[in-house]
Amino acid sequence: MTVSNPQLDVNGELTHLLTVEGLPREIILRILDTAHSFLSVGEREIKKVPLLRGKAIFNLFFEASTRTRTTFEIAAKRLSADVINLNVGTSSQSKGETLLDTVANLSAMHADMFVVRHSQSGAAHLIARHVAPYIHVINAGDGRHAHPTQGLLDMFTIRHYKKEFSALRVAIVGDVLHSRVARSQIHALTTLGVPEVRVIGPRTLLPSNVSELGVHVYHDMTTGLKDVDVVIMLRLQNERMNGALLPSAQEFFKYYGLTPEKLANAKRDAIVMHPGPMNRGIEIESSVADGRQSVILPQVTFGIAVRMAVMSILAGNA
Amino acid sequence: MKIQIKGGRVVDPASGADKVQDVFVAAGRIVALGAEPGAFHANRVIDAAGLVVCPGLVDLSARLREPGYEYKATLESEMAAAVAGGVTSLVCPPDTDPPLDEPGLVEMLKHRARSLNQAHVYPLGALTQGLKGERITEMAELLDAGCIAFSQADVPLSDNLVLLRAMQYATTFGYPVWLRPRDAALSRDGVAHDGQVATRLGLAPIPVIAETAALSTILLLVRETGAKVHLCRLSSADGVDMVRQAKALGINVTCDVSANQVHLSEMDIGYFDSNCHLVPPLRSIRDRDAVRRGVQDGTVDAICSDHTPVDEDAKQLPFGESEAGATGLELLLALTLKWADEAGIALPAALARITSAPARILGIRAGSLASGAGADLCVFDPQVRWKVEPAMLKSQGKNTPFAGYEMSGKVRFTLVEGHVVYEA
Repeated sequence: MTVSNPQLDVNGELTHLLTVEGLPREIILRILDTAHSFLSVGEREIKKVPLLRGKAIFNLFFEASTRTRTTFEIAAKRLSADVINLNVGTSSQSKGETLLDTVANLSAMHADMFVVRHSQSGAAHLIARHVAPYIHVINAGDGRHAHPTQGLLDMFTIRHYKKEFSALRVAIVGDVLHSRVARSQIHALTTLGVPEVRVIGPRTLLPSNVSELGVHVYHDMTTGLKDVDVVIMLRLQNERMNGALLPSAQEFFKYYGLTPEKLANAKRDAIVMHPGPMNRGIEIESSVADGRQSVILPQVTFGIAVRMAVMSILAGNA
Repeated sequence: MKIQIKGGRVVDPASGADKVQDVFVAAGRIVALGAEPGAFHANRVIDAAGLVVCPGLVDLSARLREPGYEYKATLESEMAAAVAGGVTSLVCPPDTDPPLDEPGLVEMLKHRARSLNQAHVYPLGALTQGLKGERITEMAELLDAGCIAFSQADVPLSDNLVLLRAMQYATTFGYPVWLRPRDAALSRDGVAHDGQVATRLGLAPIPVIAETAALSTILLLVRETGAKVHLCRLSSADGVDMVRQAKALGINVTCDVSANQVHLSEMDIGYFDSNCHLVPPLRSIRDRDAVRRGVQDGTVDAICSDHTPVDEDAKQLPFGESEAGATGLELLLALTLKWADEAGIALPAALARITSAPARILGIRAGSLASGAGADLCVFDPQVRWKVEPAMLKSQGKNTPFAGYEMSGKVRFTLVEGHVVYEA
């Protein structure tokens, strides 16, 4: 059965942000352009614009996250929205309430927007399918599926430093298999016309059909990083460091950790990105994380502007 | 009660006969085809002009949800669904709560089913106690109570020594063992086929090798023990190929697929449609096409509904947390006709997959219209087109990936032991 894209309304306008996959190029560019206009808000003495005054935004985190939740909270507050933070993982769900009951209850409190994080792929889609039509859903990470605002802020960062997408080589390194960030980045990069997207990692950390996403697969950093313009490192979760996927964090670092020597294979002006939080000495050596080519902290700053852009566009105020 | 079914296209897959003639039913049996026996005096004449008369369907897997899951479905609701789908004999797997591992449970189920006077129910007994894969069940006792074979349902048996012993023990008494090939470790935590859709949607994968590794073990154990094994719910091209080769080598196995696997693929998951969360998972289009070829060339003996009513609460969850399964009893006939139509299969050959072939696997006297056979019949209109609307289903489970599909072929009458148990 063919289903229409659940994040676009009948006019093709964005009504939820659930995934970067299938998002039209024009919408992605509009988000990036809008974010650009918000960049200066954070630098003013009064860091606020009144675009979302009177709107209630619920941060609905079924999976713990301090960073992402905080950046969404700051973004909403800079737009003058009322922000309610709920760590659902520790309250109603543990009392047996279902996901949709929780959402229905919060809808009854006149929410305008839900920012949702959940450990299961597809949770944001499920919620979007069941909320009232005036409520907008932003996926802040669902299982291994998608983390669209992260993917978009990464595009913002790349555009900021590289200006054009059409001549870039981008390498994504590490645990692609479990990474919603990587999936969103890959869709964004291919939609924006990046001609060569590479993924680098051991076979145990790459999905079996990853090349069907339009990427080139490498298992070796020296060849994989050769002449790339952008290096994106992924976070390796603690529980995946010892077991059947990897023998040890040390061996992973030896072969896939980003060191100055490995980075020397990339272009001289290549930028280094990481969605955070970083594992220094596992994915990335400190001298690289804090080095000249690192744009990891600007990513965080840009992330707030991008989230402001997404919220304002969804609310129809952009 | 004497019934004359008049002027229908009578299709008997067991004999290959296919012609317009009358069927005469008396005392629960088919007493004549064609000419009226002397002094018949029908109590009821069913006008079957333009309709197809065939043996009642034999479904090799339909979960009735009793005991233990009455909130998902009851015997009443699912037996009504069965006869509405033209199904007159069905096999229910042992994954109830508690599992069917004690004679008392089986007797109760048989008794409850019999008192409803609808389809015949053939329970599968649990192969191991509690389906835990550790200790074998009292198979002889369970057989006496009414079990027709022994199975682990969808619960994988990870200890090959227990599997070997269970097959040896069952073979001692000639009991059939039904197994769905599934390697426990290779399928652990998985919810979707390890293919492009699971990769895109970030769903935990179940590789084809979870099926084929287990299948190769089972085939080796069959060769070792001579056990009578029926393979349930194949899902992959490689799995179908292995069974084809095994049969060519003279290894004595039979196998079935679910009607879902005949029609659907991973692509149907779309945006996380939990109605497409099935066990085994919907695989690639290539796998689906290979399953269809297997059904056509006889590698796959039977198509079953794999009927699994699931309550809405258990489906309204993120894909990976939702309960697997689809309702199917009322769709088995239409889905088989759809396959036959698309693949250009003659009606008798298509109906064989849901009547005579599964009856032969079960070793029951069903699936045939021979004179003297039990009058379990399905009379359907092959022309009428209808749309699958979940709310219209008699099954308590409304969970179907086929919602909105246009189907051809609707059951008009179902007879069990010469009684009309359903008409529409």
